[in-house]
Amino acid sequence: MALDRDKANEFEQLAMPLFASLYNLAQWLTQDRSEAEDLVQETYAKALKGFGSFQPGTNFRAWMYRILRNTFLTSRTGLKAARTVSLDDEDDPQSVSPSTTETPESILLARADQDAIQSALQQLPVAFREIILLCDMEEMSYREIAEALTIPMGTVMSRLARARKAMRQLLAEKVQGAQR
Amino acid sequence: MTCESWQQKIDAYLDAELPEAEARELDVHLRTCASCSSQALTRSELKRSIHLAGKKFVPDPEFRKRIQSSISPKASGRRWGWIVEVGIACAAALLVIFGSLVWVRQSQRQQLVGELTDLHVATLASANRVDVVSSDRHTVKPWFQGKVPFTFNVPELQGSPFELVGGKMTYLDQNPGAELLFTVRKHVLSVFIFKDSPELDRALGSGELMRKLSFNIESWTDGGLRFLIITDATRSDIDDLRGRFVEAAR
Repeated sequence: MALDRDKANEFEQLAMPLFASLYNLAQWLTQDRSEAEDLVQETYAKALKGFGSFQPGTNFRAWMYRILRNTFLTSRTGLKAARTVSLDDEDDPQSVSPSTTETPESILLARADQDAIQSALQQLPVAFREIILLCDMEEMSYREIAEALTIPMGTVMSRLARARKAMRQLLAEKVQGAQR
Repeated sequence: MTCESWQQKIDAYLDAELPEAEARELDVHLRTCASCSSQALTRSELKRSIHLAGKKFVPDPEFRKRIQSSISPKASGRRWGWIVEVGIACAAALLVIFGSLVWVRQSQRQQLVGELTDLHVATLASANRVDVVSSDRHTVKPWFQGKVPFTFNVPELQGSPFELVGGKMTYLDQNPGAELLFTVRKHVLSVFIFKDSPELDRALGSGELMRKLSFNIESWTDGGLRFLIITDATRSDIDDLRGRFVEAAR
């Protein structure tokens, strides 16, 4: 169903300011420029088409990101990426225990530079990478993340804790490896 | 609360998602606990670093243009919208002009038909209906010579139900013309003949049967002349007489 001109204008005004951020997230997900462009293009086309059903007053950014990741998850790269991490026990926040090597890790993390962080992010499973980026880079609230990923708030907190733990461990290994 | 429990809340605290009361308690704890405050500092630094390092990929400006034009209603809608708007405006203007022309024509026609009806009714009411009283067309036609700026043929009525009563000069819109009077089975028919003009042509058209105050009126043009029959006789009588005039003009 075609949108009328006012609605299409409204969509353009809401969606274009998110363009750079959605593109960045798309490339973090796909790890490839041309795939990221395809993903963004498809996201905008789907969002424009579905904008008639978007509920005004709800979170547009979370809605757009939801379309982006759902499109990604049904792509070939996305299906492959989704198989690399098990999220079985993530609903139990108690399953996340603080790292036992806190002191050395803290010291190592303090020495992590931008390249190390980017490389660690790239190595993280997609589910961990995206939740860290949504929270720390996009500064989304837990509620927005829950909306974007269509998961309960409790799962947001537990997945985020596991993702950060994995990130810290990866980073510590990287810094340690570089020092040897 | 143990340090282990506090450390599980540090992330939510840094994400500004910890309830206010708990956040205040953790604040107090962090001021007194070196281990937890070091942990909070490290995580906060990491959060800040991810915030900066995450903004790594910048889209191509060409790609942005492509997306913009694919969703922008300006690209197609606005251009076509402009054409549609102009189209609608033109159509509306044409409709107004056409409507005015039709209205003007209708009102001119009404006025002319009204005038002709008046002339016919005045003739019927007159004690001297005609100025040249004759059933002989060869008498009536020459009578008009020099009186009207045109000439016409009066049809042969031998063997027809029509009878010529006579004729007289008349005027329509300051233009001189001839009025011929006929009868058919007690019905009176006036045949008006004028030099045709664009005004008459526009107002009356051709071949249409009009009605005014129950009189039937038929009008046509032939050889630069405008003929009008007005009568209370039937349509077939009108058509018959009209046919005879057309025949006579040949």
